[in-house]
Amino acid sequence: MIELVGEESVLEGGITTHYLRYTWKKKLILLGLVVMTAVLALYAISAGSAELSPMQVLLTLLGQTEGNSQIIIWSIRLPRVLAAMVAGIGLAVAGAVMQTILRNPLASPSTLGIAQGAAFGAALAIIGWGAGSTPSTGGGALLINSPYIVTISAFVAAMLTTMIILFLAQYKGVSPESMVLAGVALGSLFSAATMLLQYFTNDVNVAAVVFWTFGDIGRASWGELGIMSFVVLGSLLFFLFNRWNYNALDNGAETAKGLGVNVEKTRQWGMFFASLITATVVSFLGIIAFIGLVAPHLVKRLIGGDNRFLIPASGVMGALLLLAADTLSRRIIAPVVLPVGAVTSFLGAPLFLYLLVRGSKLR
Amino acid sequence: MILAVNGIEFRYSSRTILENVGFTVQRGEFLSILGNNGAGKSTLLKTLNKILLPKKGSVLLEGQEVSKLSRLAIALKMAYVSQRYESNRQTVFDAVLLGRKPYIKWEATASDLALVHGILAKTGLEKFALRYLDELSGGELQKVVIARALAQEPEVLLLDEPTSNLDLRNQMEVLKTIQTAAKEKAIAVIAVMHGLNLALRFSDKFVLLQDTKVFVAGGPEVMTAENITQAYGVPVSVERVQNQIVVIPS
Repeated sequence: MIELVGEESVLEGGITTHYLRYTWKKKLILLGLVVMTAVLALYAISAGSAELSPMQVLLTLLGQTEGNSQIIIWSIRLPRVLAAMVAGIGLAVAGAVMQTILRNPLASPSTLGIAQGAAFGAALAIIGWGAGSTPSTGGGALLINSPYIVTISAFVAAMLTTMIILFLAQYKGVSPESMVLAGVALGSLFSAATMLLQYFTNDVNVAAVVFWTFGDIGRASWGELGIMSFVVLGSLLFFLFNRWNYNALDNGAETAKGLGVNVEKTRQWGMFFASLITATVVSFLGIIAFIGLVAPHLVKRLIGGDNRFLIPASGVMGALLLLAADTLSRRIIAPVVLPVGAVTSFLGAPLFLYLLVRGSKLR
Repeated sequence: MILAVNGIEFRYSSRTILENVGFTVQRGEFLSILGNNGAGKSTLLKTLNKILLPKKGSVLLEGQEVSKLSRLAIALKMAYVSQRYESNRQTVFDAVLLGRKPYIKWEATASDLALVHGILAKTGLEKFALRYLDELSGGELQKVVIARALAQEPEVLLLDEPTSNLDLRNQMEVLKTIQTAAKEKAIAVIAVMHGLNLALRFSDKFVLLQDTKVFVAGGPEVMTAENITQAYGVPVSVERVQNQIVVIPS
């Protein structure tokens, strides 16, 4: 160890303390976000056509009640609230990691063409193979014959898009910075293909495809929630293990290499897991825009770009935003449930514009 | 001898950047790589720690072939400061702490923090510790990236134009800090330098590159008016002023 710690540090021993206080502040903000999310979750479980008090919810979750409230909570509201949180964590964390490894603030699950790829896969299954659409809270009329085929087809198409992106980066020398451009191109290609499919089919199928693309949390039951949680939490763990690598990458590829980071591997695996999350969430729930873009940007404004805090805080922020959007979509013109994808875009776009206009004045 | 470079050759497709380049560095030595723009200085520096893989030749770090070492193994011995660096939304403390990256398993330890603190004090960056990088001047930023490299506790320090953004006073300060660290910790410093006079003042060894090849390499004795004139293609005279060798374009 270099013995540079001399009299100076004794004289002004405050710097490390200041730094630790500064990181504590970030941890406090993170904790605050967690508390806000928990409170909102409690509200989201209690609010609905059958009003329950937060106390009843707590007691039910602890297994202290029986009867109706137990059924409502365990089989309807809890999976929905958990799905919103897991999907929110997944999309936001995927966005944060994509922004870091592609070194582009515009990178997100919906700007890399992955969501559009999933939509094409779903359209192909619904129209091409007559699989129909997913049953949901709002669309009783648009039933499906085989929801799993739609989901699997959407997932395969989304992962295919990912593979194309990784292939372009790996073998065709497309720079990470221009990957978003490639993603935009791929996205519009898939949108065009979806459009063509829709043009040549009947109106019921078109409606089913359009309906599928509206992101809807209500599609998730315990089974889907389990798969989503596994993918999201597994990837999150992977991202957290790599948080120092991502911090190094933030300082440029050459500097990262000098710090001992295997830049190519870090990028490939990071993109793979971020895309896996996106593909899983989108194929189960449909397209939910803006969470992956807005949540990391909000967090960067709050606590800066240090991935040690950015990744977990983006996740919590994503959970908070998506849960808020979903609760709003359930409550705003109840009993009608709006598609949450429309709500996130509706709220996300102005929020994003506000962040841009606000500039970096805020710390 | 900590680093031995032997017959390095590097090409970008058909364009040859480096041809048969070789030199050696001892611990505690300060070696300057000099030459005109496009002579291959930065490329040479990047081949030393495997950022670029040379087509031919070898780089031996304590007798081990660098091309066969993992990035992490290299980073534990060699630090690299790029000519271009990013300013982003991280604090100076965090940026320097990143120098501990090769040593950090899960989280930075108290001794990592103490080390960073010491280096910030040594490089005069203490008062900026909690500033964001994108709020710093070019010179301050340059000091940060050099401080990060020192935090890496390298045995070989590679610097690509470490003083290009610094004013006269900071040039002297930063090079003095590097020189002191090199002597105290027996770090070998290899720096691409633009300013001939700064190089002459701080270096023990020189590699003069001219058009992909080593024109001449060695101690101060090779820095003659004749050699410099030929390597740079500009007539110069070399004088001794106040016990310092200086190069004056004539």
